[in-house]
Amino acid sequence: MLEVKELKTIFSTRDGDINAVNGVSFFLQPGEALGIVGESGSGKSVSMLSIMGLIPDPPGKIVGGEVLFQGRDILKMSPHDLREMRGNRIAMVFQEPLTSLNPVLTIGNQISESVLIHTGRDKRQAINRTVELLNMVGIPDAENRLNDYPHQFSGGMCQRVMIAMALSCDPQLLIADEPTTALDVTIQAQIVDLVTRLRKELGMAVIWITHDLGVVASCVDKVIVMYAGQIVESAPLKEFYANPSHPYSIGLLRSLPRLDSKIHQKLISIEGAPPNLIDLPDCCPFVPRCKNAVEKCKDNNPPLRKINSSHKISCWVDIPQNEKT
Amino acid sequence: MKADNEVLLQVVNLEKHFPITSGFVFENQVGAVKAVDGISFEVLKGETLGLVGESGCGKSTLGRTILQLHRPTSGEVFFEGKNLVELKGKALRKVRRRAQMIFQDPYSSLNPRTTVYEIISEPLQIHNIATGKECVERVQDLLNKVGLNHRFVNRYPHEFSGGQRQRIAIARALALNPEFIVCDEPISALDVSIQAQIVNLLEELQDEFKLTFLFIAHDLSMVRHISSRVAVMYLGKMVELTDRDQLYTDPQHPYTKALLSAVPIHDPLVEEKRRRIILEGDVPSPAHPPKGCNFNTRCPLAERKCFEDEPLFRQVSPDIWCACHLV
Repeated sequence: MLEVKELKTIFSTRDGDINAVNGVSFFLQPGEALGIVGESGSGKSVSMLSIMGLIPDPPGKIVGGEVLFQGRDILKMSPHDLREMRGNRIAMVFQEPLTSLNPVLTIGNQISESVLIHTGRDKRQAINRTVELLNMVGIPDAENRLNDYPHQFSGGMCQRVMIAMALSCDPQLLIADEPTTALDVTIQAQIVDLVTRLRKELGMAVIWITHDLGVVASCVDKVIVMYAGQIVESAPLKEFYANPSHPYSIGLLRSLPRLDSKIHQKLISIEGAPPNLIDLPDCCPFVPRCKNAVEKCKDNNPPLRKINSSHKISCWVDIPQNEKT
Repeated sequence: MKADNEVLLQVVNLEKHFPITSGFVFENQVGAVKAVDGISFEVLKGETLGLVGESGCGKSTLGRTILQLHRPTSGEVFFEGKNLVELKGKALRKVRRRAQMIFQDPYSSLNPRTTVYEIISEPLQIHNIATGKECVERVQDLLNKVGLNHRFVNRYPHEFSGGQRQRIAIARALALNPEFIVCDEPISALDVSIQAQIVNLLEELQDEFKLTFLFIAHDLSMVRHISSRVAVMYLGKMVELTDRDQLYTDPQHPYTKALLSAVPIHDPLVEEKRRRIILEGDVPSPAHPPKGCNFNTRCPLAERKCFEDEPLFRQVSPDIWCACHLV
């Protein structure tokens, strides 16, 4: 359904070009849920914005690659076609619900706007659809809340409104960009539960962007780990957690304390900090922090290679099983 | 982890209410946000007491009120035998040597116009502890302790990453050799791979300097990792305070149970088998808390009694304190 090939996005700044996305390729099947994990600055949000055609130009620019959605290259679409597709077939939910809603428009207005634009219903039908959507995402007393403003809603409720807005035109793909990061754990559990339920009911595909390896474990089918604008590991969910193979993924999993662990042990942290994206050297970007680095890593940036039928990593080294956990 | 059961800090019935006013010239108080509403507990010497709760439950306000950064509405805070609430000026400043704080956001807690040297040496100068060459040496020593290069002394905060800034903030808190440090969400603004570095640093420093921490956080798995006892807050009140292992294996209060079940575990095999308690709705406004038990609007077990009487925060067994009628 969605196929991304060698996507490259840069941002021009006074100090040089920031290589935010460096050749990202992946595909997604209908109804599938994909989790993209990475730290801030790893390029996960920028690659999604590139897919949506939402990169501000200037300073941003997509300098290479293809994004095929149902066979058509999004990057080559006219602005009119893009608008037709966005919201209608691909929808997005952003991280900060309180800043992505317009504070001076009512909730009802904001949701029915996209219904009016994309489905050609009249105003009354659009309002009915809005009530239906608010009920679907679990907002109590929906009819009476249409004329409320975003500040009258809590963070979790605003995120539900955002989801309702995203679902308004029955999209085939929902991109959720850290939808729970700004929320508390009990509210996060509500939202994860809601999206999982809606995905099953509506049969849409979901791309779930997060930095929380715990959230991913509960709600997706396959996982992609990004580092410095590149995909470093890509695997089905269970395979990834049972057999993480890139040193960065292994490090991340080991640096997290587990809620259900029996013993108290020192956390194993990844030393150092992520690289500067302006002058990326030719070597593997993780080399300065990698414990398993060999000579070869300093000379060539490893391509994504298969280690079994569905599991890919971009690393020259095969790490022995006993160092993985 | 507990050396002995000596009490370092005792909080008695602490309250902090922020007034809500209306009117522009003649302000009238029309209500109060009960951020901290009658909390009592003790912190033992050498332990790490974890304090968890959702945003807006008053955990940061509690930390600040203990250190008298907010003056409490009522209640008492005993630290090393002195009641901090009654102290003022010089006497209070003297206590601050012994009790320090690390703030959440290292991007806003360091003055962008001062160098690292000025940031870390300021407490030393205010308290007349070191001057001149001695002060320079002390600052370099502190930087080494927190894992930063001592040649960084003349740099400004913007030249550092988030994790490094938090290390500077930790060095500043350590400058006066405190006994007690309130860590107000010290890792939540940092990236996952950096969080473990800072937590490890805090643990090493605790061993080296025999520190006592009040560790405020909303990340329950990190709190479990670092704490010896854990307190859970909800809407300005403490609902449960127990031993770390007891809390995570056998939580008593229904809110603690729901909170723990909401935390995702990074293992799909475990996730598949887990049954989540999903709480309905949101936290009520602390300006209008519900009658009876604070948690009754979301509690799956609430009975008639819970809507009428407020449960007391009581000792239900030697190690467990809990505020619930049903426990």
